[in-house]
Amino acid sequence: MALDKTQIAQRIAQELRDGWYVNLGIGIPTLVANYIPEGIEVEFQSENGILGMGPFPYDGEEDADLINAGKQTITAMPGAAYFDSAMSFAMIRGQHVQLTVLGAMEVSENGDIANWKIPGKMVKGMGGAMDLVASADNIIVAMMHTNKAGESKVLKECSLPLTGVNCVKKIVSNLCVMEVLPEGGLKLLERAPGVTVEEIIAATEARLVIEGDVPEMKF
Amino acid sequence: MNKVVSNAQEACKGIENGMTIMLGGFGLCGIPENSISELVRLGVNDLTCISNNAGVDDFGLGLLLQGKQIKKMISSYVGENDEFERQMLSGELEVELTPQGTLAEKCRAAQAGIPAFFTPAGYGTEVAEGKETREFNGKMYVMEKAFEADFSIVKAWKGDVAGNLIFKGTARNFNPNMCGAGKITIAEVEELVPLGELDPNQIHVPGIFVQRIFKGVAYEKRIEQRTVRLRS
Repeated sequence: MALDKTQIAQRIAQELRDGWYVNLGIGIPTLVANYIPEGIEVEFQSENGILGMGPFPYDGEEDADLINAGKQTITAMPGAAYFDSAMSFAMIRGQHVQLTVLGAMEVSENGDIANWKIPGKMVKGMGGAMDLVASADNIIVAMMHTNKAGESKVLKECSLPLTGVNCVKKIVSNLCVMEVLPEGGLKLLERAPGVTVEEIIAATEARLVIEGDVPEMKF
Repeated sequence: MNKVVSNAQEACKGIENGMTIMLGGFGLCGIPENSISELVRLGVNDLTCISNNAGVDDFGLGLLLQGKQIKKMISSYVGENDEFERQMLSGELEVELTPQGTLAEKCRAAQAGIPAFFTPAGYGTEVAEGKETREFNGKMYVMEKAFEADFSIVKAWKGDVAGNLIFKGTARNFNPNMCGAGKITIAEVEELVPLGELDPNQIHVPGIFVQRIFKGVAYEKRIEQRTVRLRS
């Protein structure tokens, strides 16, 4: 069975390490915060200006002056800090944030990512995504492997305007986990439970590197 | 020093057609509501607005868009505004989409007297087209220039008569970076206090960056995405 969005987030949460500062993008990445592994401590940065972002507030406790980058009402954890936008991106560009998780419309086999514009159709803007992907050491993309028509979104080259080049390190899709190799190509690391290597190959346009048996993900 | 003006009307004096104005806020959080209403009332048009977002259809900068007062918008994300998207796709509105960190730094650079800087954001994308690029320590960077604006309009939580400002929560966002980045900075605040009432240790923006300050009225502080969790 291919993973649902929640399970993609659950699998990505396994990548979290103790002591990391983490920036989660809008959509599937936001769900990662719900599955922090036992015994580790991470702090979430939201690029609009908070470190130590907490869960959504209880009904009636919303504060218009306290939102995340998705403009949702949030709370602040004990020890949280607020800051201005220039300082926020100093944290990001200065590589003080250890992990960035974001969504994508397309990724390519050399780690390019496109997630901000469909020419003539959808122009929402890049927000902080270009700064994040250009700077972060460790970028994980959370995405569906194919579009609604069943066409691969994991490509040799992105067809949409790029957000960043050569920057994605790992991709967790509904079908598998892939690592972007420094020399290009995607190494297949894990399969979603019950999904075969053949099914992954059929859904992938990018060059896949498959070595030996590819294990199933564990939850 | 006393920089207090009585209201938005007095604060916005001198804003004319065709000017470039930077406005603080992220989404609807920390936007200068009173001044935006005054710009609508003034009916100034052909404005170039620098602001991270463009409000929603019926609030924030969306109000200026409705009146077709904006000629050009410089933002990082404009997703929540149908009228914006319509004007942009039809070509009525000129839009310069800028990565969020670059937008913030272009404000800060203007504030700090730095004409340009290099950032990795946007390298290899259409954002870098026509811009100088340079390699530093094996990595490629794009040269971005400081903004030039006639007015900066910001919203703070508390301010004193000398223009010292304190912000609240994530309503801080771009506001401090825009202070002093335009030729004249207008600050509207929820609480305006006498000299000596703000603790100098707690001030986020020193008054030197602010020329006009006034106490705003009737803040709506609309929430764009009210998201709550259930009590267990």
